[in-house]
Amino acid sequence: MSAVIDIREVTKIFGRSPERALALLRAGRGKQEIQAETGNVVGLDRVSLSIEAGEIYVVMGLSGSGKSTLIRHVNRLVDPTSGGIVVHGVDVMAMDAAGLRAYRRNTVSMVFQRFGLLPHRSVLDNVAFGLEVRGLGRAERETAARRWIETVGLAGYERSRPRQLSGGEQQRVGLARALAMDTPILLMDEAFSALDPLNRAQMQDELLALQRRLHKTILFITHDFDEALKLGTRIAVLRDGAVEQVGRPEEIVLRPATAHVAAFARHVGRARAVPLAAVMERGAFAPYPARLPATARCEDALALFAAHAWIGVDDADGAQVGRVGVGSVLEALAQPGSTEP
Amino acid sequence: MFPELFDTAPLRRAIDDGLDWLIATWGEGFEAAASPLQWTLNTIEQGLLALPWWALIAILTGLALLATRKPALPLVVAAAMLFLGVLGLWEDAIKTMALMLTATLGTIVVAIPLGVAMSGSALLRRVLTPVLDLMQTMPSFVYLIPAVMVFGPGRVPAVLATMIYAAPPLMRLTDLGLRLVDPDVLEAGWSFGMTRGQRLLKIQVPLALPTIFAGINQATMMSLSMVVIASMIGAGGLGYQVLQGIGRLEVSRGLLAGLGIVALAIVFDRVTQAFGRRLQQRLGVTDFKP
Repeated sequence: MSAVIDIREVTKIFGRSPERALALLRAGRGKQEIQAETGNVVGLDRVSLSIEAGEIYVVMGLSGSGKSTLIRHVNRLVDPTSGGIVVHGVDVMAMDAAGLRAYRRNTVSMVFQRFGLLPHRSVLDNVAFGLEVRGLGRAERETAARRWIETVGLAGYERSRPRQLSGGEQQRVGLARALAMDTPILLMDEAFSALDPLNRAQMQDELLALQRRLHKTILFITHDFDEALKLGTRIAVLRDGAVEQVGRPEEIVLRPATAHVAAFARHVGRARAVPLAAVMERGAFAPYPARLPATARCEDALALFAAHAWIGVDDADGAQVGRVGVGSVLEALAQPGSTEP
Repeated sequence: MFPELFDTAPLRRAIDDGLDWLIATWGEGFEAAASPLQWTLNTIEQGLLALPWWALIAILTGLALLATRKPALPLVVAAAMLFLGVLGLWEDAIKTMALMLTATLGTIVVAIPLGVAMSGSALLRRVLTPVLDLMQTMPSFVYLIPAVMVFGPGRVPAVLATMIYAAPPLMRLTDLGLRLVDPDVLEAGWSFGMTRGQRLLKIQVPLALPTIFAGINQATMMSLSMVVIASMIGAGGLGYQVLQGIGRLEVSRGLLAGLGIVALAIVFDRVTQAFGRRLQQRLGVTDFKP
């Protein structure tokens, strides 16, 4: 598979003399040192990521880790100090103003943490906004907007204003606005972070359901490790502007590369991160009455163990390719260090 | 006494000669440039005078009702207009109203585009801000002099002098309103590939409208406060009555005309403010139950 979004050695320095700070950074000086000496802040330090078609790629990090800066490089709301971004084989940094506008109108759309809705417009006109910018006629863009409003569960609210909606509903508007653009790439910057836990979980489920249907390439930013594990096909952990580890959720949880990642992994329910594929016993067995797909998480299997000793594991086509038992699942879930007082 | 370093007379003579030359060379050009103003003023004044008195009161009361959807303001507006009619100030009030409306319209046409340009260019903002300070603090009599010399006494120089006085706050508020638009909303707009024109028309102007409207309200009030001064160069209207009151030491004439100006001020201030509030509510800046 080839990369849809290729982020190559992106370095971003905020401040008045980024060139000087960049030279110091290249000379191996620390970030604090550079900030003390030049007053410039290193936002990102040679970040390289390769995001493939159809995956939900989660960038996870605490506040100040540079994750929101990173996602803004993909549609060039922020320009890098050095490095490049290549999308669908095209160098985004080489685009002129018109080319960049066309790229933003047709290739990437974005959902924002603080929604960014137009307060003077109805829900319908907000969802149609991107299409309006693209130059679509009123009838055409409203038809599309209505369809997406229904998809995100806001039918009946077309005439409401954003401020009459709850936070969760407002973000549904933001999501519908981005989806209405029907771009192959969707950027989501802490899209669910401002929502209450119930709403957040529901939006996550809906995003996964939508993704099964739409197969977009999604770059998702979050500070919530649980959210990253639930949504991510792959996860990149960012800290202080540098990538600590990239991997599938179970790799991050089971084999954390650094102490920082391990600290996250310790506090998370592994049952949610580890897919059955990672713990199953391969082989031809008589079909079991209880079966789950290989991508299901251990969490899903736990409930079934009350009534079944073994659970069959199916491949993508629904054919049984192995089995899991209580023992192997529990072993995988036993957390190193969890027996310490 | 401050020592006299040099004779200022030649300097003053140079300024005066320069202005004379300007008028001799460009006078007709100035007049031609101001002719739309003259035309607008005449049209508004004749239009207002052609309306029956009750129709004008009905229109203004209707606007007040539209802006507030409550009975209080329409009643105040109707009472203020009836007061003008009953005291025999109707025609003068209409002349003043026409002057004020023309000056306000002219100010809007000039100041809003300049305010837009200021919001888009930090350099222009730095250049214009001291100019605006000067325009606002310079006593308005000072630019009455060249205005009269160019256009002769009458209503056009009065309108122009009024515009110079009323434009700065509208320019400032337009600039401010456009620049204070929520950056989150602008960022979302950029992410969808909007152009600078789309930013202005689809996001900035609608969101800055309440602020711009506050500027229009200011311009209206400042125009009205200029009418007495403008009457000194032949603008007519309620201001001229006040001027006559001073000249003849007739307290009653001055007082009644002065109250008439207050009545007009109440009508236009409250109605434009009510429209501004309505815009704010529409944007959700204040609480509003639809």
